[in-house]
Amino acid sequence: MKPIHLFFSLCFLFLIYTLSIYLTPLTVAKMSTIDSEKAVSGRIVWQKYNCQSCHQLYGLGGYLGPDLTNVVSNPKKGERMIKQILKYGVKQMPCYNMPNDDYKCLIEFLKSVDASGLADPRKYTISKTGMINQK
Amino acid sequence: MKRTNLSIGKLFLLTALVMLLLGLIFGVLSTISYLVPDFLKDTLGFTTLRPLHVSSAVFWIILGATGCVYCCLQFYTDKELSNFADLTQWVLWIIALAGIFNSYFTKSFGGREYWEFNPIWALPITIAWIIFLVNFVKISKKIKDWPVYIWMWLTGIIFFLFTFIENYLWIFSYFREHFVTDMTIQWKVNGSLVGSWNQILYGTAFFLMDKFENNKHVGRSKLAFGMFFLGLFNLMFNWGHHIYTLPTEQYIRYVGYIVSMTEWIFFVRILYTWKQTVSDVQKHYHYFPYRFIIAADIWVFINMGQAILMSIPAINLYTHGTHITVSHAMGTTIGINSMIIFAACFEFFDFKRETSKIVTNLSTLSFWFLQFSLLIFWLSLIMAGIKKSIWQMSENQSSYSKMMVSLTPYFTTFFVAGLGLLISFTILAIVLIKTYWKNRFIIHLK
Repeated sequence: MKPIHLFFSLCFLFLIYTLSIYLTPLTVAKMSTIDSEKAVSGRIVWQKYNCQSCHQLYGLGGYLGPDLTNVVSNPKKGERMIKQILKYGVKQMPCYNMPNDDYKCLIEFLKSVDASGLADPRKYTISKTGMINQK
Repeated sequence: MKRTNLSIGKLFLLTALVMLLLGLIFGVLSTISYLVPDFLKDTLGFTTLRPLHVSSAVFWIILGATGCVYCCLQFYTDKELSNFADLTQWVLWIIALAGIFNSYFTKSFGGREYWEFNPIWALPITIAWIIFLVNFVKISKKIKDWPVYIWMWLTGIIFFLFTFIENYLWIFSYFREHFVTDMTIQWKVNGSLVGSWNQILYGTAFFLMDKFENNKHVGRSKLAFGMFFLGLFNLMFNWGHHIYTLPTEQYIRYVGYIVSMTEWIFFVRILYTWKQTVSDVQKHYHYFPYRFIIAADIWVFINMGQAILMSIPAINLYTHGTHITVSHAMGTTIGINSMIIFAACFEFFDFKRETSKIVTNLSTLSFWFLQFSLLIFWLSLIMAGIKKSIWQMSENQSSYSKMMVSLTPYFTTFFVAGLGLLISFTILAIVLIKTYWKNRFIIHLK
């Protein structure tokens, strides 16, 4: 096989793979796991205040602050604590005078992230193939 | 009349060096935030310092890679490259950089991690990259029987453009409506972007090896092409190893896992050719560009070993979300990408050891101090990561804040090693800029 043929074959496979990922929201729409409008806007609020610089979602993001994937459902933290920290700040985190609309969208976003699964590595099992799965 | 040799390639390399120095300064300032929580908290703060550091470092690599391709092509085609389109590409980058830094200093964020600036500034970067692609195709189509590095540059440029545009799909609400898919695409992009600039820089390393040996065997061997396709295959499909814990489709996680395991082939190949590499080191020991390429080779070995282990989901479960991941990111960008760009700079700026003994000794000292600082830097992050991993998996977790305080000794070491990197890189960058200035009337062709 000539290099050019191998190159185009790989590109073709890549495009199919990419397309299959792009179409995922259409299949999950049937399962009604689409986020609410506020949650979708909340993702933009998350970026606008650059929360990702310090915080993680599913272990992805900055390493200064804690992972916030399941912060809303955590009985020791929850919505009330988020509000307090945003208002007064803590350690390296400054206080954010966030407009109420932004705050509501951010909370909706964090709720939708929370509902999507668990990020705690203790809640996973390891299969024989070495793959990990949520308990 | 004398002409200056400010070819477009060198202009990009000089701009890249400025970005490196800025990246290092912002990096050291960011680390202080770990040790002194109130440091610049009410002015810049960590939320500004981190993107300033990360973006400067990313632009050092991207601009450096662009400069490398232009310098190599100028040498390979034996024609002076500098035209209106090239200059437009550089001007667009300067406009983008000015906008991005302004965006950060005024806290006008809005982008995703690593690209936190206002998305409008992605536009000049995209146009600049399209010009780069057009220029590259125009120059390279005249070359017959492409060596592997021309393939690597082409695929790197195309895939960077594709994934950079893909990086902004979140602008459309369709992609944001499903959080897990959105995150999957975000990390598909991050993985492939790194793969793209790696293709460009590894291509540069192949080119330099050909140049050092004064032959064209390395770039045309079957093994080189085999490695290129394996690298391309990984660029396209291995990114799934970033998101094992994300509840995305199972097949994406398995594709990432299986494809990542093909990297063992690279690893075994490095081990197999180790003996030859060692004899080459002895042969070219005092030759600076070669020394940087060998340093990159050693860091490839270390980081690839680490990457392969981290790509096994059962191990990734322990390392994910810890500073072990940071050590890998820093190890590759500093140890591999930066070493290759420095090799290219020393080669194309015409650094001659015979010119000044003091400068040569200073550069040698800085080179070794850089390697030592990087090793300490990398190890301190791994140690911090191991400690965080133990905390993450323990049943009776202390508070996050307490855990972070317990990492202070590692962060202090990390800070000191970071200062070492700043000092050594600064000395080497100054040597290069002075060398460029001294040789500015030399046109670098075959």
